[in-house]
Amino acid sequence: MNNSRNSLIAGIIGWTSAIVMFFPIFWMLVTSFKSEIDAVVPSIFFKPTLQSYFDVNSRADYLHYAWNSVVESIGSTILALMIGLPAAYACAFYPGRKTKDLLLWMLSTKMMPAVGVLVPMYLMFRDAGLLDTRLGLVLLFTGGNLPIVIWMLYSFFKDVPTPILEAGRMDGARFWTQMRYILIPISLPGIASTALLSIILCWNEAFWSLNLSASQAGPLTAFIASFSSPEGLFWAKLSAASTLAVAPILIMGWITQRQLVRGLTFGAVK
Amino acid sequence: MANLSLKNVTKSFGALNIIKGIDLEINDHEFCVFVGPSGCGKSTLLRLIAGLEEITSGDLTIAGKRVNDVPPDERGLAMVFQSYALYPHMTVRENMGFALKLAKVPQAERDARVEKVAELLELGPYLERKPKALSGGQRQRVAIGRAIIREPSIFLFDEPLSNLDAALRVQTRIELARLHERLGSTMIYVTHDQVEAMTLADKIVVLKDGLIEQVGTPMELYHHPKNRFVGGFIGSPKMNFIKARVGTTSADGVEIILPGGAKMAVPVSGASVKTGESVELGVRPEHLQLDEHGPLSGTVIVAERLGAETFVHVELSPDTIVIAQVDGGSTIRVHDQARLSAVGNACHVFAADGTALPALTQHPLVAKHI
Repeated sequence: MNNSRNSLIAGIIGWTSAIVMFFPIFWMLVTSFKSEIDAVVPSIFFKPTLQSYFDVNSRADYLHYAWNSVVESIGSTILALMIGLPAAYACAFYPGRKTKDLLLWMLSTKMMPAVGVLVPMYLMFRDAGLLDTRLGLVLLFTGGNLPIVIWMLYSFFKDVPTPILEAGRMDGARFWTQMRYILIPISLPGIASTALLSIILCWNEAFWSLNLSASQAGPLTAFIASFSSPEGLFWAKLSAASTLAVAPILIMGWITQRQLVRGLTFGAVK
Repeated sequence: MANLSLKNVTKSFGALNIIKGIDLEINDHEFCVFVGPSGCGKSTLLRLIAGLEEITSGDLTIAGKRVNDVPPDERGLAMVFQSYALYPHMTVRENMGFALKLAKVPQAERDARVEKVAELLELGPYLERKPKALSGGQRQRVAIGRAIIREPSIFLFDEPLSNLDAALRVQTRIELARLHERLGSTMIYVTHDQVEAMTLADKIVVLKDGLIEQVGTPMELYHHPKNRFVGGFIGSPKMNFIKARVGTTSADGVEIILPGGAKMAVPVSGASVKTGESVELGVRPEHLQLDEHGPLSGTVIVAERLGAETFVHVELSPDTIVIAQVDGGSTIRVHDQARLSAVGNACHVFAADGTALPALTQHPLVAKHI
C-alpha cells in the first residue's frame, strides 16, 4: 500500500519537474511559429506562420553557423578522445601514487570560472592568429572538456578487469592492439556516452564561442546571440533562431538518451 | 626444451619486498606446484616468470636464455588465469584464435588448430558462444584451450580451480593431470590448496614470506619435512605439535620425553641437540592411534565422524590439543578419556628454531623416487 503511494508521489514529482524544465523550450518552439505581434504578448491562441524562419535565414546564414557547430563539436570530441583514451588507460591500468591526485587536480580546473582567464586567452588567441578560427575553438573546447572525458573514460576502463588485458599481453597484444581488439570493443558503450556528452557540451558552449569567434568560425551559439541586438528583442525571430540552433542537438540527445544516462550514472550503481 | 631457472630473483614494490631471493630449477616435462599461505608471494613469482611484472634483481633463464627483458608473448609461455580472463566480446572460437590472429596465422590454419583444441577439450558445440553463455567449468576449459593453442613450452596456472565448486574441482583436477600426461609439457601451477599440490605435482615448492621453505616431491615433503612450517602445511588435517624435551641421544635415534614423563624413541639424528633441550614432537593425525597403553592421554573434546574415518580431538593439557584419525567404526565419544600412541618412525622432531632433525633412514617411497 505504502509502495504504490510512494511511487504515485514520485511520479507526480517527476512529471512536474519534467514539465517545468521542458516548458521554456516548448514555449520557445511555440513562439517561433508566431508573428512578431503575437509574440510580444504571450498568447495561447494564434495563427501559426513560418515567416520568422524565413526572416532569420535571410539575415544570417544558418547553414554556415550550423556547419561550424558540427565541425567544432565533433572535431574537438575526436581530439579529446585521442588524448583521453591513452591518458585514461594509463590512469586505470598503471596507477601510480599520484594518479588520484592528478585526476582530482584535472577536475578542479573545471571549478574555476572561465571569465577569470578571458583576457589572457583572448590575447594568446590574437597573437597566435587563432581568433575567429575553427581550429582555435576546437583546441579550446578540447582543453575544456578533457578533464571530463578523461574522468569518464577512466571510470569505464576501471570496470574492465585487469586480467583480461594481461591475457591479451600473454597472447601478444601490445598497447595499440589491446586498445583496438580488447579495450575499445569492451568499453564501447562507455566511450560512446563520453563522446556524446562531449559533443553536447561543445555544442552548447556559449562563453568562449561568443568571445573568441565572429562571423567566420562562429557556431550556432553566436548565431542566436546575433539576434539579441540593442535595437530590441524580436521575440519571434529570436525563438526561431534558437529553435534552429537547439533542434539538432535535442534530436540527437533524444535518440541517444539511454546511452547518455548510462554514461552519466557511471559507477553510481554497482 | 623447457629448462627454467631462477637465480637469486627478488621483487620489490617500492620499499615492500615481496620476493626475497629465490633460487629454483624446473626441469623439462615437470609439473611443478608453488604452494604456500596467502601472501607468500607464489602468484607474484608466477607473474615474474610470465613477464607481467618486472624482476627487481636476479636472473630468469628459459632454455638457457636470459629472459628478464623479453616480453611475455616471446618467452614461449601461456597462462591460465584464476578468473579465466576470457575476452567477453569474442566467441569461444575467437577467444582461442586470438593469439594466432595476432601472430598473423592464416585463417584456414587458425580454424584447423582451434577445431583440434576444441575437440581435445570437448568444446566443439560451444565454439560460437560468448563466455557469458558458458558455465564455470566450460569457461575454464576455454581458458585452458586458449593456452594450449599457442603450443607453449611452459604452461602457467594461477589457482585455476579456486572458482569451481568442490565436485567440479575434483573432476577438473583429474583432467589436468591427464592433460599433463598427454601433452607432456612443463607446467607451473600455483595453489594454496595442498591437496591439489600433493595430487598433481612432480615437484612441490613450498613458499613462505617470499622465500622457499622446501622443494621436493610430494612424498619427500610428506615424509621428510625440513622444518615445522612445511610439516604443518602439508597434510590435512594438520600435523600435531607436542612440546617435549630431549632425553638421551644415540646412534639409533633420539629419546623424547613427553609431558607427563612418558618416553618415546624417534629414529632421527640427535647431532644438533643436547639433552634437556626443548623440542617439538610432530605427529600426523593418521599416525596416532588409540592405545590403552599409549604415552599420551587426555579427554576427547570433539569427535568428527566422516563415515570412513573419525577425527578425534583430544585435549592432552589446557594448551595442547591433538587430532587423531581413528577408524570410522570407533565408538569413542566426547568426554571419554583416551590414550594415544604413535609409531616412532612416523614421528618428527623439530628443534627450537623450527628445523627438523634429519631422519636416519629414508621412507621407502622416497628412496624409490615415487
